Amino acid sequence: MDNIAGTKSSLTWAVHISVVLLVALWLFPTVGLLVSSFRTSDQIATSGWWKSMFPSEQNMIIRADAPEMQVLEGDIYVIEGDLFDPEKEVVVSVYGISSRAINAFEVGETGALSKGGDIVVSADGHYRMTNSEPFTGGRGQRIFVTAQSPPEFTLANYKNVLFDPNNREGMLSAFFNTLTVTIPATIIPILVAAFAAYALAWMDFPGRALLIAAIVGLLVVPLQLALIPLLKFHNEIGIGKGYLGVWMAHTGFGLPLAIYLLRNYMVGLPRDIIENARVDGASEFQIFVKIILPLSFPALASFAIFQFLWTWNDLLVALVFLIDSTGETTVMTKQIVELLGTRGGNWEILATSAFVSIAVPLAVFFALQRYLVRGLLAGSVK
Amino acid sequence: MHPALQGLITIIVGVSGCVGYFYFSNQFLDKVLFPPRGPNAGRNINRAEMIRPWLFLFPSLLALGLYLAYPVVETMRMSLMERVPGGGSEFVGLDNYRQMVNESKFWEALRNNILWLIVVPALSTTFGLLAAQLTDRIKWGNIAKSIIFMPMAISFVGAAVIWKLVYDTRPIDQDQIGVLNALYLWFGGEAPQTWLTIPFWNSFFLMAVLVWIQTGFAMVILSAALRGIPEETIEAAILDGANPFQLFFKIKMPQISGTIVVVWTTITIVVLKVFDIVFAMTNGQWETQVLANYMFDKLFRANDWGVGSASAMVIMLLVMPILIWNVRNARKEMQ
Repeated sequence: MDNIAGTKSSLTWAVHISVVLLVALWLFPTVGLLVSSFRTSDQIATSGWWKSMFPSEQNMIIRADAPEMQVLEGDIYVIEGDLFDPEKEVVVSVYGISSRAINAFEVGETGALSKGGDIVVSADGHYRMTNSEPFTGGRGQRIFVTAQSPPEFTLANYKNVLFDPNNREGMLSAFFNTLTVTIPATIIPILVAAFAAYALAWMDFPGRALLIAAIVGLLVVPLQLALIPLLKFHNEIGIGKGYLGVWMAHTGFGLPLAIYLLRNYMVGLPRDIIENARVDGASEFQIFVKIILPLSFPALASFAIFQFLWTWNDLLVALVFLIDSTGETTVMTKQIVELLGTRGGNWEILATSAFVSIAVPLAVFFALQRYLVRGLLAGSVK
Repeated sequence: MHPALQGLITIIVGVSGCVGYFYFSNQFLDKVLFPPRGPNAGRNINRAEMIRPWLFLFPSLLALGLYLAYPVVETMRMSLMERVPGGGSEFVGLDNYRQMVNESKFWEALRNNILWLIVVPALSTTFGLLAAQLTDRIKWGNIAKSIIFMPMAISFVGAAVIWKLVYDTRPIDQDQIGVLNALYLWFGGEAPQTWLTIPFWNSFFLMAVLVWIQTGFAMVILSAALRGIPEETIEAAILDGANPFQLFFKIKMPQISGTIVVVWTTITIVVLKVFDIVFAMTNGQWETQVLANYMFDKLFRANDWGVGSASAMVIMLLVMPILIWNVRNARKEMQ
C-alpha cells in the first residue's frame, strides 16, 4: 500500500516503537527461560536472568590456602595463590579479612592479618600472605572480596538433563518416546485423509455435501468427549494403553482438519488436468497418485506441520492413551509436568527440560513457517 | 520390541496397508466385480463409479465414526449411567448432572470458563489486529510477525514453564527472579506477590499465557485479511480526508469483520478445550478450575465416569452453537 498517497503518516516512529514493544513483550518470557537454562542453579536463585547479561558485582567469601601450604622464601613464610580461576575475568575492587569490614582495603593495598603477618590481594584475585613467623592453624585465612565477574554461562544443565545415564528424571528417553509417538501419528492420517479428500473434491456421489458438512462439524468436537469411550474401546480390543492406541487416537483426532484442508486445496486444482487424464484412460487411482498427490504438496506439507506440532506438544492424549503405570513410555510434556510438581524450585532443570522439548517445534516452525501460514489461511479464512 | 522399531514398523505397515488397501480395492472393483467389458460394460462402469467414492472414503469414515462420532453418543449415554460395584452400570437418569450442579467446584469451573471465553478471544483478537495493522506498515514487519507468531509452536506445557518463571516469587529479602515481581517491586510494590494464588486474579495470569500463544494466530489471519482489502476503498477514504483512526475503524474494520468472527470463534474453541495450562500451572487450585480440568479430575482422579461424562457434555453443549454456525456457513459456501 506504499503507493497510496498519504499513507506515510508522521506516526511512523510511533509505529516502530509500538512494534518494538510488542515484539519485546512476546519474546521476553521465552528468552528468560532460554537464558536460565544456561545458568547454574546458584546464579538462577540469586539474581534475575536479565541481570546475567551484564557483569555482576558480588560479595564473596573465599578461603586462602591452608597454612600447611606455606613455603619459606628466604626468611619469610609465604602463602600464595589465586582466589579465582585465572581464565575467568574477575575484577576485584576491594577486599577485607573480617566480616565486619569486608571492604577494608583497596586492591594492591597491604592489609595486616589479625594473627600477625600481611596480605596483598591484586585485582585479578592473586593473593600473597607473608609472615616472619610460620602461619599456624588448620584452615586457610578467610578473604572477603567484592568483585565484578563477567557474564557466565554453562552447558552443564543440558549435559545433565540429556546425557547423564544416572538421571532418572532425564529427558533423553522421553525425547525418543515423543518422537516415536509423533512420526507415525503425522504420516498415517495424511495418507488416509488424502484419499478421502480426493473423493470429496472430485467425485460425484449422493450425500457428498452432507459428508463435508459433517466433517466441518467434527472439526470442533472437543476431544475430551472421546477419552473414556475410546479408552474403554482400546481395553476391549486388547491394545490397552500404548503406542498403538495413541497413534490411532491421534490419527482419528487429526483427520477432520486433514480432510478439510486437503479437500479445500484439491477443489482448487485445475479441472482440465483431471478431465484430460480421465479422457486418456487413467484410472482414478492413477490420477490420484500421479497427479493429485504431487500437486497437493503444499497442502500436505501444511497439514503435516500442524499435526506434527500438535502431536509433539500434546499432553492430554498421551496421558490418557499412552502412559501406563510403569511410566516407561512417558513423553516430554508429561515429564515436564512431573518436574513442575517435584522440582518446582529447580529452575535450571525445569528450564533446560522445557527447552529440550520446545527446541524441535521451534526449529520446524522457523524452517517451514510459510507452509504453516498457508495452512492456517486455508483452514480459517472461508 | 524397542518402541522406535515398533514405530518404524507401524509406519511401514500403516502406509503400505493404506496404499495396498486403496490399490487392491480399486483393482478388485475394476477387474473382478464390474469389469468395463463384456455385454454389460456400460452398466458396469456406472456401477463402479458409484462404489468407488466409498472405497476412497471408507478408512476415513471408519476412523471418524469410531474416534469422534461414536464417542459423542457414548459419552452422552455414559453421562446418564452410574457404574455399580462389581462391574456393569445402571441407568440413573439425570442424577450425574444433579450431583454435578450441587458441587461448588463445578460452578467455579463454569464461572472461570466463561471468564476465559470472554477475555482470551477478545484480547488475542485485539492484540492480533493491532500487531497485524502495525507490522504491515514497517520494513522489518515480517521479522516482528515471526516472533509474535512463534509461541504457536510452543506447547502449552512449555508455555506454562515459561510463564511460571515470569510469575516466580522469592522472599522479600532476596533478589526476585520472576520478572513480574521484579517490576512490581521496582514500581513501588511493597512485598512480592505469589501471583498464582490470588483468587480470581490468578485466572487472569493463566489467561495471559493463552493470549500470548493465540495472538500470533489472530495476527496471521487478520493480516492476510487486511491485505485483501481493495486499495480503492482506502485511497478514496484518504482523499476524502480520513485520519488513520477513521481509516482503520470505519473503512478497514467493517471489511474484515467476517474474518474477525472466524478468528474469534476459532480461539473460542481452543479456550473451551484448554486443559494443559491449568493442569500444569495450578491444577485447578486457588479457584482456577476450568471445565476441561474438572472433567479430567473426575475421570481419572475421582474415577467418577458418570459426572466426568456429564461435564464433558457441558463442554460439548458450549461448543454446539459454533459447530452449527460453522456447518451452516460451509453449506452456504458449497451452494
